[in-house]
Parts: sequence; C-alpha cells; structure tokens
Amino acid sequence: MPKITNVLEGASALVKGLSITFKEMMQPTLTDDYPDKPPVFQERFRGAHVLQRDEFGLEKCVACFLCAAACPSECIHIEAEENTEQVRISGGERYASVYNIDYNRCIFCGYCVEACPTDAITHGHGFELASYDTSTLIYRKENMLVALPADAKPVRIHEQAPAGGHH
Amino acid sequence: MATLEMNPAAAGDTGSTRRMTLNMGPQHPSTHGVLRVVLELDGETILKATPDIGFLHTGIEKQCEVRTYQQVVPLTDRVDYLANLSNNLCYCLAVEKLLGLEIPPRAQWVRVMLTEITRINSHLVWLGTHALDIGAMTVFFYCFREREKILRLFEMFSGQRLMTSYFRVGGLALDAPRGGFQAVRRFIDEFPSNVDEYENLLNANPIWQMRTQGVGPMPVDDMIDWGITGPMLRAAGFPWDIRKTEPYSSYEKFQFEVPVETGNDVWSRYRVRMRELRESAKIVVQALDGLPEGPITADAPKVVLPDREKMKTQMEALIYHFKIVTEGFSVPAGEIYQAVEAPRGELAYYVVSNGTGKPHRLHMRTPSFGNLQGLGPLLDGRLIADSIAAMGSMDFVLGDCDR
Ligand code: SF4
Ligand code: SF4
Repeated sequence: MPKITNVLEGASALVKGLSITFKEMMQPTLTDDYPDKPPVFQERFRGAHVLQRDEFGLEKCVACFLCAAACPSECIHIEAEENTEQVRISGGERYASVYNIDYNRCIFCGYCVEACPTDAITHGHGFELASYDTSTLIYRKENMLVALPADAKPVRIHEQAPAGGHH
Repeated sequence: MATLEMNPAAAGDTGSTRRMTLNMGPQHPSTHGVLRVVLELDGETILKATPDIGFLHTGIEKQCEVRTYQQVVPLTDRVDYLANLSNNLCYCLAVEKLLGLEIPPRAQWVRVMLTEITRINSHLVWLGTHALDIGAMTVFFYCFREREKILRLFEMFSGQRLMTSYFRVGGLALDAPRGGFQAVRRFIDEFPSNVDEYENLLNANPIWQMRTQGVGPMPVDDMIDWGITGPMLRAAGFPWDIRKTEPYSSYEKFQFEVPVETGNDVWSRYRVRMRELRESAKIVVQALDGLPEGPITADAPKVVLPDREKMKTQMEALIYHFKIVTEGFSVPAGEIYQAVEAPRGELAYYVVSNGTGKPHRLHMRTPSFGNLQGLGPLLDGRLIADSIAAMGSMDFVLGDCDR
C-alpha cells in the first residue's frame, strides 16, 4: 500500500503547513501601511539632510568645508562668505552662501554629519526624494535649512539676500 | 568569449539528436541578479553550462583607490547587499591589521553579534527565494518577516537598513542605541521558534524533498579546485570555516559548531544553512550575555575620530578631528590578506598600502565569484529542471560576484 501511505504523508505535511498559515493569520502584521500611514523610522535613520540653526536663529554652519572633505561621493558644494557687521548669517566668522547637496550622488552614509564640528548638518527622516528630473535633485541651502520659528527675532536682520541663494 | 557566441550549427540538426542553445538570463528570475547562463541542451539534458558574468560590474575595487581608508567603508557595503556587515568587518580587520590596532572587546563583541545577524539575514533571503524558485511560496513570506525585523535592528544600530557602514577602521561608528541590545535580545529569543516554523513547512514536504534530495552533487575535490567555499563545501562533508580555522574578532571565545553534512546535494546545503541559522543565533546570545563594557573604538587618536564632546571642548581633539577628516590617516606600507567567513563562504580583502592615506590596491576575494566558477561542472550533464534548484543552492549574489 505504498500509494496510500504517500497520500497520507502528503496530507499530513499539508495540514502541518496550513496550521502555520492559520497561526500566522492571527499575528499582527509587521509591515508599514505606507503611503496611507507614515512609515516608522528608527531614531538614527539617515534620511535627507537638515541644516540646523542655533538658539538665536543663526545658521550653525560656519563653512569649514569638513563635510565636503569627508563626503565619499563628493556631492557637497559649498561657497563661503564672511559675516559682516551688517549681514550676520551664522554664529562663526564665515557662513555658507551656497550649500548644495547633489542627491544624484549622495549615498546617505552619514560621513558629513560625523565630520561637522558644529552639528550644523544632520540627517532628517525625509526620504521621499524621487524625481523625474535629475536637476531638481540638487538641493540648495534653502531646501535643507530649518525654517525660523514664526515668532523668532533674528539677532540682526540682513537687508541683502546672500549671493547664490536663489532657487 | 568565443564560447559564449551563439552557434547556429550547434543549434541545428546533428544526426539523431537536436541540440539547442538556450540563454538563461540575464533577466531570468531565478538567477537573482543579472547573470546569463548559456545552456547547450540535448532535449532535457544540459550538455554544457557557461556562466557569463560581469553585468553588474561597478568598479568598486578601482574606486577604492581614490578614497581615503575610512571613505572606503561605505563602498564595502555595496559589494554584497546581503552581507554588508561582513564586508565592513573584513575590510576593517584588514586595515586594522596593517595599522596594528587593538580593537577593544566591546567593539569586537558587537561586531560578532551583528555579523552573525547578517548571516541569519542572508540565509533567510536565500531560504525564502530558493524555496520560491522550487515552488514553496509561503516560506518566502515567513523568511522576509524575520528579515524585516533584522533590517529594523540594522536601522536602529546604524541608521540604514541595507547600507550600514557601521563598522569603521578602529572600531564602531557609534555605540549601540538606546534599547538596541534589548531589541536584539527580543528578536533572538524568538528566532529559534521561527526556524522551527520554516522546518515544519519544508522538512516533511514531499515536493521539497523530491526536488532537492540527490540533486546537484559535485565531488569535493572539484569544489576545492574551483574555489567553492562556505555552506556548499560544508554540505559536501568538508569542515572549512574561517571562524574556526583562522579566528578573527574574538570568534575563538565563542562556543559554536560548524554544521557539516555529507549528502553533497541541494538538500544537504539546505540542512547546513538551517543549522547555521541556529548556531548563529547561539553566538548572538553569547555575545549579548558576555558583552563587555568599555570603549568602542581603539585608542588611536590619529586614526579614530575623537569623542564628539571632547572635540567640541578641547582644542587638541578638534585639531585631530580636522586632520583626520580632511586628510584621513596614512597606513604603513605593506600588504595584507584578511579572510572572514561571510554567509556565502570565504570573503577576503587584499589591501596593498604604499604608506599614503589611500589604498594603493584593494582586491576583494568574494565568495560568490568563487562559487560561481563551479556552475559549469555542477550543471553539466544534469536535467534542465534541476538546474534551478542546483543553481539556487549555490547562493550567489551577483553584486558580490561582479563588484
Ligand atoms: S550622506 Fe554621505 S554621500 Fe551624502 S552628503 Fe553626506 S557624506 Fe556625502
Ligand atoms: S555643515 Fe558643518 S562641516 Fe559642513 S561646512 Fe558647515 S560647519 Fe563645516
């Protein structure tokens, strides 16, 4: 009767497999409900960069170029300018008049964040960067800089927009 | 490449049998990547199988030559996306040996813990996709359920799910996150019961048995000649595991077995990997239990970035920080071959330094490349229906092969 034992063995294997399936049906799901609900990120998630401001609303970046030097994909472009009496943008001597990150090249390795001595550049949790047009993937300072709080009073207001700061 | 040309004469009528040349890939789903296998067929029998590799060539080895030693780490992630941390580890160990760095025990333990989780991750992807190829659909979902948990652990520790870059030359990038070890503990306590589940689905499954038992044997001497390592070699009864033969990163302090099977077929390779899942889980538990306190980076101020607090408050630390970030560190001239046991077999980095801040040459001996060399001998003379199972049992990653 080898045929019958075969059938029985097959059936018992099937029951065994299905019991796991039924057990699993009762378990909570592990996947995120994106895009209906926002995905869950761990604290350290390395997403799109955010340029920070200090407690006075000044930019933290002092244009030291360390992030650009650390970047393995050479995708950070900075142009530095001096702060003056009239125009004070950052807390340090210099500030970045141009700060671009080319997201065509960025690999989200976090080396820039590690290198920054003033914690100016950080990783946010933004990840929806996809675009049909690669030229829009070059993010400028304005795209990454945290907004000033609405009630913030900058220490010194500059009259003139810094060069290269237009989108 | 003459052997890879389509030969119309071979495809025509040759006497009583009809020979056919068939392209499997580069888009065939079961190649798991971009691999082309040229099959010369006589009916259902494969007369000759020739793998055509290189579709995923990225030039990573060459790119490493223009980056500082620390900047190479993110590139090593991208060699094998299923063994990212094994690659990180292997590269770091190689450079650390050249530098003569002593890595503190806590960093070593965390490295062991995470590379073993990497092994679990890689084997889970293998098991899921391999079962899917053979027709067992559900195992895939269970494997990827656990894999999702692992990727969250990676994200928790390093900030990325796949491209971790968590190990650095000199130690770890950051200490473990809040609740990190507890999360690992929760996962690993539950994991053996998950393995039971996979085994319940497959071990007694008659289709799985028929498709895998006795399929894809290869003489062990041939395997060694072709450079096949890892679970394939161990499933042929050859107990070769770098973790035991040349322990690195304190593996000699952990108790674990090297699973060996003697069946030398797809089934045995499956058994070896399933047993390795359990062994890896044991190692992770040991690493958690015995986790030493202490620093996570070597005491080497010229190599390792200073502590962030110190960097902001002490001038000397800030100067070192500037120097390391802008120039990197120079590595004494010399060369080194450092091997580790990656999920797929022997992974090794051969680093040549000319005394500057960038590697003069960096070569990766990747297990997928070695294992794929044996594809021809493995498939020649077999049935085409078995080729998927046999190929899947090799567990190659094409990024790892072509790099
Ligand atoms: S995350 Fe890495 S690649 Fe991206 S800008 Fe920073 S250093 Fe460069
Ligand atoms: S972001 Fe940081 S590292 Fe980069 S230039 Fe500004 S201050 Fe320097």
